[in-house]
Amino acid sequence: MSAANWRGAMNAQHRAQGANAPVPSAYAARVPRPARLRLQNPLRVRHLLVLAFLIAYPWFATPFFTYQIGAQSLALGLIALSLTFLGGYGGMISLAQMTVAGIAGYMVAIFGTSATDGVSLRWPWWLAVLIGIVVATGAAAFIGWLSVRTEGIYTIMITLAIGVAFYYLVLQNYAVFNGFQGTQKVFPPTLAGVYWRDATPFYYLALFWALAGYLFVVYLLRSPFGIALQGIRDNPRRMHALGFNVTAHRVTAYAVAGAIAAVGGVLFTWYNGLVTPGSVGTSWLINILIIAVLGGMRHPVGAFLGAIVFVLLQNFAIDVIDRERFNLVIGAVFLVIVLFSNDGLLGWWSALSVRLSTQRGETRWSSARRRLYAR
Amino acid sequence: MTRFWRWFWALLIGVPIMALSAWGLQDNARLFVITLLNGLTLASLYFIVASGFTLVFGLMRNVNLAHGSLYLLGGYLGFFAAQLTGSWLVALAVGFAAAAVVGLVMQVSIFRFMLGQDLRQTMVTIGLSIVIADCLMWAIGAQVHQMSPPPWLDGPIRNIPVIRAYSTYRLSLLPIGIVIGVALWLFLNRTRVGMMIRAGVDDRGMLAAAGVNVNLVFATTFAIGAGLAGFGGVIGAVELSMVPGEDTRLLLASLVVVIVGGMGSVIGAAIGAAIFGLAETYGLAYAPTYSVVFTFVILVLVLAFRPRGILGRPA
Repeated sequence: MSAANWRGAMNAQHRAQGANAPVPSAYAARVPRPARLRLQNPLRVRHLLVLAFLIAYPWFATPFFTYQIGAQSLALGLIALSLTFLGGYGGMISLAQMTVAGIAGYMVAIFGTSATDGVSLRWPWWLAVLIGIVVATGAAAFIGWLSVRTEGIYTIMITLAIGVAFYYLVLQNYAVFNGFQGTQKVFPPTLAGVYWRDATPFYYLALFWALAGYLFVVYLLRSPFGIALQGIRDNPRRMHALGFNVTAHRVTAYAVAGAIAAVGGVLFTWYNGLVTPGSVGTSWLINILIIAVLGGMRHPVGAFLGAIVFVLLQNFAIDVIDRERFNLVIGAVFLVIVLFSNDGLLGWWSALSVRLSTQRGETRWSSARRRLYAR
Repeated sequence: MTRFWRWFWALLIGVPIMALSAWGLQDNARLFVITLLNGLTLASLYFIVASGFTLVFGLMRNVNLAHGSLYLLGGYLGFFAAQLTGSWLVALAVGFAAAAVVGLVMQVSIFRFMLGQDLRQTMVTIGLSIVIADCLMWAIGAQVHQMSPPPWLDGPIRNIPVIRAYSTYRLSLLPIGIVIGVALWLFLNRTRVGMMIRAGVDDRGMLAAAGVNVNLVFATTFAIGAGLAGFGGVIGAVELSMVPGEDTRLLLASLVVVIVGGMGSVIGAAIGAAIFGLAETYGLAYAPTYSVVFTFVILVLVLAFRPRGILGRPA
């Protein structure tokens, strides 16, 4: 019997017996919850629909929507995904994820090709990208090693301080980072006859890596490492007593998140075509947090939802209110979400689905359990 | 820590600093002393702003990331008050009062409802700081506002032995910072309200059970902490300048100061401010490109050996 059938049968049985059911069978309906069920991720119709939409998107969208909205959301979502992984599942809110992404972008600009000759070494693009990702992952592990000594709000402050320190470093250093101007014209290469900066190819490139990152995080969260990480988030002392090396798990989480952010950072640098101190400044450090919190941190998909909302606001705030006032709009939206939802858009979504399913006659308990399986 | 290790660390840190200072004095005594004074006066400003930050954190576990915005708000309003009345003291009062009122409103209307949810409070203050910063830019514009010091503090003091002359205003920041620090210490350690605040830091529930109106204590603390940011804003409007972006700079300074000094401790904030101010100015004077790296290295070293800051206690 497949998982879905099994669950359907269980629910039917539960409903048929009603509230006054004899105790043993109600108990039986509630308790046997094989671990396998939790770990299987059924492919559902809605997943295929979303995938089909994402693949078909450039065929009907204008180049502006493909590149500015689609590709940018995917690249930013990938960076925010690293924060969702770290914050939602590791319990460590790091504001330095954009710094890690920026380090990768800077490395690609410095080792690869750009318009700034004094800075760029003009090595092959694949080597530059590889160096970028490796260096950024190392930097993320170092940031993690520094900040895992702290907890909660201390982590936010220390990662913010590190991020701003890196901003001032690239701003003031001209020998390596070319100071205020940064490096211009950092473009993706032409490969297999395709110029990857064009709207549609770049969209597919971003889509590929966003999907890869998403699936990787979903897979990792069900691996022993991911389960241990969530255990550490919930109770570090108990996990320590059980023999898990808490510090090592946390630093590894930082490194993994760093690698994801690095890929996102390379994509975002190519998207912008440049990397400047402004792209690792305080506002961008906080924007990544806004994206992750806006979408919700209870599931990896939240990062991409948040990124879509953020990019749409960024591009169309001009229609709502003055273009200069984008920060006001995004700040107000962020404030409303933080004040009125416990977990961003996903929090609203789950509250809505509980309400709908309780109206259909399910109890709160059965609805919550069904959604737990469906995740 | 045993006496041996205390001596060991004191020597390990002290000897190189003494050697560098001796070299600096011998090389160019005037530059060295001026940098020392610059560093201490900057540290004084940092201390005023960061002490409000650490006070709020110590009691409420609320990292108020809108602290920099309150600084900027106080500075701007003080600037306009000084333009209207021509009095610097009025400007100081207005800056303090404006930031205190905004802080009070924040506490009463928002944070009172999310006690203990520190992460959520942090998010809310981030949102608020974005909104306040953008509103200020909208209302006042992005140009630089520079306040002139009051006439009785204007101009240099001449005939000082080594450095010949030094700005009266900057020098006066030193006593201002010391007075505020001592006043804050006396307030916390010698008054009834201060006793309540300290009791609230140790055990909030027990304080409420003893019949104290904890919400009132919280509101008072938040108002004083925010007011100190506004007060610092008026001082900074003369010493530095008011421009969008200063809020994040002072926020970062407050963060580093309290991380190095230890959260929730006024004396820790003083030590942290002195270290950070001196490191920043000496870095700028002797190695301009890498001054930020000095700050960073200090942060790393302190965190590596004292994760809760020099005078920090477990949360």
